[in-house]
Amino acid sequence: MAKKSVWSDNRFWQRSAAWITGFASVLLIWLTFDTMAQITIGTDSDLKNGVTKRVPGPTVINYKITYEMSSKRGHEVPIIGGNDGQGMSLFQEKEKFFGRDDWSEEEATELLHLGKLGSQVKNCMNCHTLLGNGAYYAPDLTKAWLDPQWGPDGSMQAMTGKNTKEEAMAEFLQNPSKYPTHSRMMPNLGITAEEAKGLVAFLKHMSSIDTNGFPRNFGKIEGAVHGK
Amino acid sequence: MANNHLTGIGSESKELATWYFTFAAILFGAQLLFGLVAAIQYVMPGFLFEVLDFSVARMLHINALVVWMVFAMFGAVYWLLPDETGIETVGIKIGKLLFWVFAAAIVVVVLVYLFIQVGSADEMSIWFIHEGREYIEAPRWADLGIVVVALGFVANLFLTGMKGKQTGIVTVLMADMIAFAGLYLCGMFFTDNISMDQYWWWWVIHLWVEATWEVYVGALAAYGLITMLGAHRKVVEMWLWIEVTMLFGSGILGMGHHYFWIGTPEYWWEIGALFSALEPLPLVAMFIHVLYDWGKTQGEQDAQGLEVSVIRNKPAFTWFVLNAFGNFLGAGIWGFFHTLPQVNLYTHGTQFTSAHGHLAFFGAYATILIGMMYIAIQGTNGIKVMNHTRSSIWSVSLLTGGMMGMTVALTVAGYVQVLVSRAQMGATWAGYFDGQSGMWFAQAMDWRLLMGVVMFLGFALLAKDFLTTGKNPVHQR
Ligand code: HEC
Ligand code: HEM
Ligand code: HEM
Ligand SMILES: [Fe+2]
Repeated sequence: MAKKSVWSDNRFWQRSAAWITGFASVLLIWLTFDTMAQITIGTDSDLKNGVTKRVPGPTVINYKITYEMSSKRGHEVPIIGGNDGQGMSLFQEKEKFFGRDDWSEEEATELLHLGKLGSQVKNCMNCHTLLGNGAYYAPDLTKAWLDPQWGPDGSMQAMTGKNTKEEAMAEFLQNPSKYPTHSRMMPNLGITAEEAKGLVAFLKHMSSIDTNGFPRNFGKIEGAVHGK
Repeated sequence: MANNHLTGIGSESKELATWYFTFAAILFGAQLLFGLVAAIQYVMPGFLFEVLDFSVARMLHINALVVWMVFAMFGAVYWLLPDETGIETVGIKIGKLLFWVFAAAIVVVVLVYLFIQVGSADEMSIWFIHEGREYIEAPRWADLGIVVVALGFVANLFLTGMKGKQTGIVTVLMADMIAFAGLYLCGMFFTDNISMDQYWWWWVIHLWVEATWEVYVGALAAYGLITMLGAHRKVVEMWLWIEVTMLFGSGILGMGHHYFWIGTPEYWWEIGALFSALEPLPLVAMFIHVLYDWGKTQGEQDAQGLEVSVIRNKPAFTWFVLNAFGNFLGAGIWGFFHTLPQVNLYTHGTQFTSAHGHLAFFGAYATILIGMMYIAIQGTNGIKVMNHTRSSIWSVSLLTGGMMGMTVALTVAGYVQVLVSRAQMGATWAGYFDGQSGMWFAQAMDWRLLMGVVMFLGFALLAKDFLTTGKNPVHQR
């Protein structure tokens, strides 16, 4: 019999499989600990003290949120409460949400909880994408809160007869097929006024999450020319 | 080793396997029907509007997909265990009971999806209607049931593997199935934090399809090569260990390709890009492995002057070869297309993803599981050499051709979406619909629907073949 080579030895490959799998798993778990720390939801005092979190606390709904170019990072980032000019949030400028900009941490958390539950129970993700994951039958909702259609220059406030973004969105979510803009309509999902409020809070909160610049060039019809 | 792999008669484990396969085949049909409903809605948005909305049709489509595959995977293990271990599966009575529990739970879940559809925004709905998280929507009560069923299955596998002969294939399956079942737990909890939610959701989805399920397929292909061709076990099992090394080595950290844009830190760009770019390598290896073993065993036989094919089950082997190629094409090539962050920034969440999702699931899993069903038909009917029939040839052609056509259509649609909705219009609501209303996009949706109908015809013929081929005189008994 010819001399055996380690490369054709089953034991060798079995051990390699075990070691490599173990190594990859340990690395994944280690990175998971780091990532968990970085994506844990922030608090109200983070916002008050100007601490930037990848996932801000629920009371971010009290602030003005925009999505602007950061020269440092080379792409757009969520800006909370005003821009320092370099693409960093100032956490100062407030914005009323359903008439108030003093939602307490408890109230805001409860609202976000209701909205997140609603997003699952009403199955938003099987038509829309959230953070880019889900279904492709309807627009991505990652930055829906910032969509020009909901703003003062868009058509949705006039169409729903409301004066603010949040009220227009809530009205739409309760009766989507009453305000169609395309032949592919969103159906009525039996969303109540309270649930709609929660869902809008959920959408506003999601727009404040730092998604590393996805989607790129959001809301800039001029397109890629302005991108980096 | 007991040489009973050509006959399932008398093995309770194999009988249970056929139950699992039958239920899986029925669900496969249901999957295609609901896919057709969703595809019609892309073309005619008024179709079943506010009766069976897109979200409901899609949920049924992808849940039926996951469930039929899990059923067929359990079935395939119950089929091969007696052959591999040389003994009857331990705990088969419990296995049979769990089958009925599992099947009944699935029927209840489907009825609730169909007739209740949505609830109010509270925990009760999560417990009893659905969880609204792609692929693993099953309500929490069903989650708990699934855990019990999976534990029972894994216990049977372990007890049998430890009592009987523990081959390399069985060892790989034991390690793999425990990870497969354990990962499901990552998808069972609720959190208000959508980033956290998706982080753990991918542990289930990605670590299933790009790690544990792939390794499972490697083990199944190894079994198929041994039973259908008579390939040498030692060589086949060595390949299997190499595949496990490469699959887990790239697939586990390759998960980073889902962590580019969901709120997670930037280092996932590098980690995801590097490891997921390596993921196609084992798929190439698996493809070569199947063709190599085929050529080698045939060559050995030819050298003895026997002018007959070494393949003992033609339809099953056709599906196994399609698996080797489809896995490489759908997961390897179509996956690689969009796995680098520079590309994924624009393709993320477009029809392009759907093109890849379809071809990968079909190529990597549907194919080999259909092949296993043919092996079971051969076994239960005591057939020595199983040949193609007209319907087996037509069904494989229509299913595969339909899937390729659908993939091309979705890829074109994805291309339009990337250019118009993403690169140019920046992913707004208006930009989204500018892309959707483009002529190329609209035509692609028509083609996808047409190809879906082709696939459905292929399925009908497959079902007919499953029901009739066992008694067909073309086979050698
Ligand atoms: C059955 C599919 C379906 C489901 C489920 C669904 N939507 Fe929609 N949604 C649509 C469609 C289609 C549109 C586009 C409507 C139009 O343009 O006329 C839309 C539009 C929207 C818009 C406006 C688009 C934008 O970018 O701002 C928002 C916001 C929205 N949906 C939120 C939700 C939320 C929140 C949920 C879950 C509670 C949800 N949708 C569930 C199909 C759906
Ligand atoms: C009759 C044939 C089929 C039709 C008409 C069809 C149609 C569809 C449609 C319309 C969607 C929703 C896509 C979206 O969100 O925009 C979908 C999703 C999906 N289908 Fe199918 N499908 C078919 C067969 C299959 C098969 C055979 C498989 C796998 C074996 C499959 C796997 C999937 C997967 C994985 C998704 C989710 C994709 C994603 O989120 O990226 N489908 N299908
Ligand atoms: C058999 C193996 C595979 C299957 C069944 C599969 C299936 C899928 C499915 C269904 C999705 C969509 C998930 C969703 O609904 O959001 C997806 C996404 C993705 N897959 Fe795979 N995949 C496989 C292998 C691979 C491989 C090997 C690669 C890379 C080389 C890859 C790269 C990706 C990427 C980058 C995404 C994210 C797409 C996006 O950003 O929208 N996949 N895969
Ligand atoms: Fe993946």
